[in-house]
Amino acid sequence: MNENSKDTRRARTWGIVFLVFAALMLVLFLPGTTGSQRTTFAFDLELSEALPIGSLTFSTQGGLYLLVVLAVFLGAWQLAKGFKQVYLILGVVVLAFVLAFLTWAARDNSMNMTGMLQATLLRAVPITLAALSGVMCERCAVINIGIEGMMLTGAFTSALIGSLTQNVWVGLFAALSAGGLMGALLAVMAIRYKVDQIIAGTAINILATGLTSYFSSRYLQSIPELNRPPTFVQLPLPVLSRIPIVGPVLFTNTAPVYLMLILVAVIHVMLFYTRWGLRTRAVGEHPQAADTLGVNVFKTRYVNVILGGMIAGLGGAYLVLSSVARFDENMTAGRGFIGLAAMIFGKWSPIGALAASLIFGFADSLRTNLAILRVPIPSQFLLMAPYLVTMIVLAGVVGRANPPAADGQPYEKQ
Amino acid sequence: MSEKNTTQGKAQKRRSRGRWRALLTPLMAIVTALILGAVVIVVTDTSVYDAFGEGFGAGLLRIVEVVVTAYGSFFAGAFGDPARMVRGLSTWITTGDGSDWVQSLYPLTETLRYATPYIFAGLAVALGFRGGLFNIGAEGQYFIAGLTTVFVGYSLTGVPWFIHVPLALLAGILGGAAWGAIPGYLKAKTGAHEVINTIMLNYISFRLAEYMLDVGGPMARGDGRPVSPVIQPSAQLTQFFPSNPNIRFNVGFFIALLAAVFVYWLLFKTTIGYEIRTVGQNPRAAKYAGMNVPRTVVLTMALSGGLAGLAASHDILGVIGFMPNSFSSGYGFDAIALALLGNSHPFGVVLSSLLFGALQAGARNMQAIARVPLDLTDILQGLIIIFIAAPAIIRALYRLRTPDEGEGAVMTRGWGQL
Repeated sequence: MNENSKDTRRARTWGIVFLVFAALMLVLFLPGTTGSQRTTFAFDLELSEALPIGSLTFSTQGGLYLLVVLAVFLGAWQLAKGFKQVYLILGVVVLAFVLAFLTWAARDNSMNMTGMLQATLLRAVPITLAALSGVMCERCAVINIGIEGMMLTGAFTSALIGSLTQNVWVGLFAALSAGGLMGALLAVMAIRYKVDQIIAGTAINILATGLTSYFSSRYLQSIPELNRPPTFVQLPLPVLSRIPIVGPVLFTNTAPVYLMLILVAVIHVMLFYTRWGLRTRAVGEHPQAADTLGVNVFKTRYVNVILGGMIAGLGGAYLVLSSVARFDENMTAGRGFIGLAAMIFGKWSPIGALAASLIFGFADSLRTNLAILRVPIPSQFLLMAPYLVTMIVLAGVVGRANPPAADGQPYEKQ
Repeated sequence: MSEKNTTQGKAQKRRSRGRWRALLTPLMAIVTALILGAVVIVVTDTSVYDAFGEGFGAGLLRIVEVVVTAYGSFFAGAFGDPARMVRGLSTWITTGDGSDWVQSLYPLTETLRYATPYIFAGLAVALGFRGGLFNIGAEGQYFIAGLTTVFVGYSLTGVPWFIHVPLALLAGILGGAAWGAIPGYLKAKTGAHEVINTIMLNYISFRLAEYMLDVGGPMARGDGRPVSPVIQPSAQLTQFFPSNPNIRFNVGFFIALLAAVFVYWLLFKTTIGYEIRTVGQNPRAAKYAGMNVPRTVVLTMALSGGLAGLAASHDILGVIGFMPNSFSSGYGFDAIALALLGNSHPFGVVLSSLLFGALQAGARNMQAIARVPLDLTDILQGLIIIFIAAPAIIRALYRLRTPDEGEGAVMTRGWGQL
């Protein structure tokens, strides 16, 4: 009875939240528009193999009203009857809000949606890889706060080795090894020496910053040939790349982007549908029980953490070998930490991590787009949004974020 | 039976020996890090390889030369040249011109100046550790406190210094404390782990500072540069050597020492401190003992943030005089190393801050003279953390005996548990 009334109150709260979103759209976006303004969403990219589909032009106010009506309808329905999948509906409402924002921002102007989605994915790649690295480690109960350092090491190594060999794949492989080595360092500290894992990760961050900056100013800055790695070329997939929107966004990418997408799928399947995944999760939730059943807790943790380090190294290599083609001190710029946030936001699942990273990547790409459209919103506030969202998620407002039960605890064999 | 052989005497002797042994591990950690640092310097010096081409003896000689030049300039940069100090002092006494003597003190004052914000930030993290909280957000608290302190520093006019300086310091404390209390509150109310929240708040504070100080932003100076206005003279911390503008050693150092004494008193002599430590050791026991655990958690984080805020106040009111947009300090992570190295004890933090201050001052001289990149300090700091956090490595290296378990600060316990 009591449980029931709590549920209805919760459902009602969500209904009110949806209505608040609708009201916000009305208050924030409508006053700045006039009836004659038109918004254009373009879908074709220049230099793209995709079949052209033209663009969509509509009345700014009409579009806004449509989205407001949608949100009001969803809110009213939620209040009256209630949806089963509240979070799905929340996603729809937030999407409507974002679309309303874009409609408003691009009034009397044109915004290329395909270009924005493409930028979103590209910016999400290193964040997703960082988050995957975190998932690998934390699913077996080793907290990895050193992702940033591992990425930095990977970035540096890929720049150096890539320049020396002038081969992207060798550079990539070197980054994987360097990241794995850093992962091994974390594993030894956390598993063998039972060091507090957050401190171990912090040590890795400081050490990696120091080592890469030191070697960079010793060698890379004085010998420019050592900092000129080649970059990956785009590999459009035949036929698929010609699909409008999806083709340029998903199927016209460089090898590391495909690799990231494959990794997300593979790790997801491995984690939830294979014996290895079951063991990993058992070690993360209840290592004693796993040990009793014959799972080697230490081995599982070593393997996972080293793999996690390699994935972080791949993330660093992507930063260097995809477009910048050079290493700069501290070039990861906090992406490892954002990845950590994406991991929590994605509730320790690979697909969730990808979704969270895409949101972070979207906020990032939106910033550039708004600068082009000269929207008078300080870009800093947009950049804050992902962090705020993470804090809200972590506070349990949008579902609870439950880490693996044994996360962070060293295992002592009985 | 002599008194020495009574059990009480033995216990006392063991305890004092244990105290010395407690100092041995950090000392050996520092020495080991310096040795490894020397290896990095030697291996990355091409002149060493050239010398080995001439002959083995020449190579060895060159190695010694490289290490001596590097660490020699390092120590000169951190502590100065004693001979020059004596000479300067005698000139002062004989001719009355003290400028030479003051200049000879420059390296030493630089060490103390660098040590000052380290003490504040280190105390912040150490206090958190004692309360079972891991404050990775000292950096963000530093940024927010920088904004509040500089605002009071430049906007308030026509007040005497003995009102302006305390107000500006207070603004820094409150800014940092507020920013620190947020993750404390979230932890106490929802169980959200403070590590993630402080990291998130770090990035939010960077963006916020960027917005405030950006050209055209609310706190920009208005001359096309992303910096805040300069603080009023009445808000400046007292300088000890105003005759020499290079020396920026100021009264902030002594405020930092006072802060260390305060934290010691608070932690070990007051009920609040007892509650903080109990919650840190065992929150469940604290709860059953009738302590208000959520309140203590918020209070610990607020105090921690306030201390981190004072680091910013020192840097702005005592050294820079305004707040630049690119204010990144790296104190956030260094402070973790400081707290660990100082075993989360206020006086240990002061000692380790002096060491890190010397590292900073020395490394700058080393970069200028021996051409060894400044980033060596990060390598040294990372290694020191590893060796302190995993004392088993040091003990195995030097075959030390395992000490008895003493009361230390509890570090963290995974995500989201209170």
